[in-house]
Amino acid sequence: MPSSNQNSQINESRRKWVGGAGAAAAVLTLAPGVRLLELAAARSEEEPVSGKVRWGMLVDTTKCAQGCTECVDACNDEHGLIGMGRPLTDAQYIRKLDLKDKLTGKTYSLPVMCQHCETPPCVDVCPTGASFRRADGIVLVDKHICIGCRYCMMACPYKARSFVHEDLTNQVPETPRGKGTVESCNFCVHRVDRDRDPACVEACAQAGHKALVFGDLNDASSAVSQQMAELPSRQIREDLGLNTGVRYHGV
Amino acid sequence: MDRDTATTAVRYQTLAGQSAGYWALLAVLAFTVAIGYAAAHYMEVHGHYVTGMTNQIVWGTPHVFAVFLIVAASGILNVASLSSVFGKHDYKPLARLSGLLAIALLVGGLIVLVLDLGRPDRLIVAMTYYNFKSIFAWNIFLYIGFLLVVAVYLWMMFEPRMNRYGKVAGFTAFIWRFILTTGTGSIFGFLVARQAYDAAIMAPLFIIMSLSFGTAIFLLVLVASFNWSGRSVGDDILDRLKNLLGIFVAVVLYMTLAYHLTNLYATEHHAVERFILLDGGVYTAVFWLVQVFLGSVIPLVLFYAPRLQQSRTALVAGAVLVVVGGLAQIYVIIIGAQAFPLLLFPGMETSSTFYDGVVNEYAPSLPEILLGLGGIGLSLLIAVVAMRVLPFLPERIGNPTTASPEPAAAGAAG
Repeated sequence: MPSSNQNSQINESRRKWVGGAGAAAAVLTLAPGVRLLELAAARSEEEPVSGKVRWGMLVDTTKCAQGCTECVDACNDEHGLIGMGRPLTDAQYIRKLDLKDKLTGKTYSLPVMCQHCETPPCVDVCPTGASFRRADGIVLVDKHICIGCRYCMMACPYKARSFVHEDLTNQVPETPRGKGTVESCNFCVHRVDRDRDPACVEACAQAGHKALVFGDLNDASSAVSQQMAELPSRQIREDLGLNTGVRYHGV
Repeated sequence: MDRDTATTAVRYQTLAGQSAGYWALLAVLAFTVAIGYAAAHYMEVHGHYVTGMTNQIVWGTPHVFAVFLIVAASGILNVASLSSVFGKHDYKPLARLSGLLAIALLVGGLIVLVLDLGRPDRLIVAMTYYNFKSIFAWNIFLYIGFLLVVAVYLWMMFEPRMNRYGKVAGFTAFIWRFILTTGTGSIFGFLVARQAYDAAIMAPLFIIMSLSFGTAIFLLVLVASFNWSGRSVGDDILDRLKNLLGIFVAVVLYMTLAYHLTNLYATEHHAVERFILLDGGVYTAVFWLVQVFLGSVIPLVLFYAPRLQQSRTALVAGAVLVVVGGLAQIYVIIIGAQAFPLLLFPGMETSSTFYDGVVNEYAPSLPEILLGLGGIGLSLLIAVVAMRVLPFLPERIGNPTTASPEPAAAGAAG
């Protein structure tokens, strides 16, 4: 029995030591852990994107001014889309649509760009997988494996894509483009990855309209989610059931 | 036994290929191919802005030629299938030519398709990266597989020791081309976005189109190669092919009718139907005048008018018109459908800087046409060279004096 008593004393002191060491280790690891948690909110560029986030946009057409092209101009600047003076073949990632109701005559003005569908037809039809959807909902073209077949352009219900019809010069580093490949709005993925709004959203706000709200549709506290919870909104061609990331209010 | 003696009796012989005519034909075809390649090179160096294609009309004239050739390639193998799958042994002597033309047309069509890509240099990417939800990716397998299957089928036909496997190979090729043309039609059938597509009938429509275009081209090559090489071709076999072609032309018309009637019933498709059938300008004209009238009605008259029953000129003219009508049909399907604006907001008038809500303009450019013609040239060049190298053509086919009694009786009656 004494021996067992002795043993338990030794065990107790061991436990204390192990416990102390464990606590020390926990303290040592906690600080980096906290740091990692901070980064998870603002994802570092090395980390893979996560399906927990779904980027999306609400276009409040009641605030979108007819004739205003701030979003379009900002997009062209951001991505280095310099027109060749050939409107039939020049690329447009975002365009302003003017609508007039045939029955009532009411007019609307709104921007249309890639709608970042949950099930994008362009991704379905792409033979090489160059058209793809990131886990966070952004639809992109991998310019390295796009063969320029334009099947995605045939498949897109929104006419959101452009084909590069000629050699390009003075490209913007953030948006590499290439003759013979297809391209479209990428929600300014380089900005989003650095926790910034897309260029069109920023420009619209700077112009004082605030018709475009961007953010995480999966986060109920994000501005875009809160606005969408408040305002009725719809998808363009909702009959196709594509669950678009861009929604429109007031049309 | 009867069948065996019939097949062994067929003697095949290469084209002599010595005549000035043969070399002239080769030169013309080679020139067409060279011009087509130059056109593709020009498009690639400058970019597609030098063509008629735009961000609105993204598939243009090269696609019309490419799809036409690919579809016809599948259908032209039908002549071989008739003997190997359906047991119509009168067609057996033509099976080799049928297989050769299937390969030649498919290669011609694929080359046009590849050379029109934005990045034709990335062909290897298309062969190594696959998205299996894409019907295009499936088609890459189907096209390459078709070439292999038909090549093996030809080998079975050429090599006497392998003849007994000919039926299996023929059956495989038959199933394969059925799937292949389903795939080609589904390129359009699977497009949910566009008013004129998104229709299940596209796959069967393309299959019957393939039989029609393929049989027409086969008839033309048959008559030309036999006439120019001084071989005799009997009226009975031409008569049978003519009757087949007539049925195919009529069924294409019927399927086209079914497609438009179904669309016309649905209010949402009225606008696009109105565009194609009534006020689409060039597309309406091409549909009614070229596809329906010149390409279908007139050939049926040429094939079946009692006075023209024995006329080979009428037969050849009819087959040429079927080819012209086929190109017109694919032109309307591919380009007409894109010319009609995408409908983003039904019930609204739409306008933008990106040509929303307006009929998209397109005019075929010279490089596009030359590239397409180059594809046809390449197909024929392959065929003409192959016929010189290997015995694809029988010395004679059919015999007017031993023709089955029906055509003779019909001729007497006519």
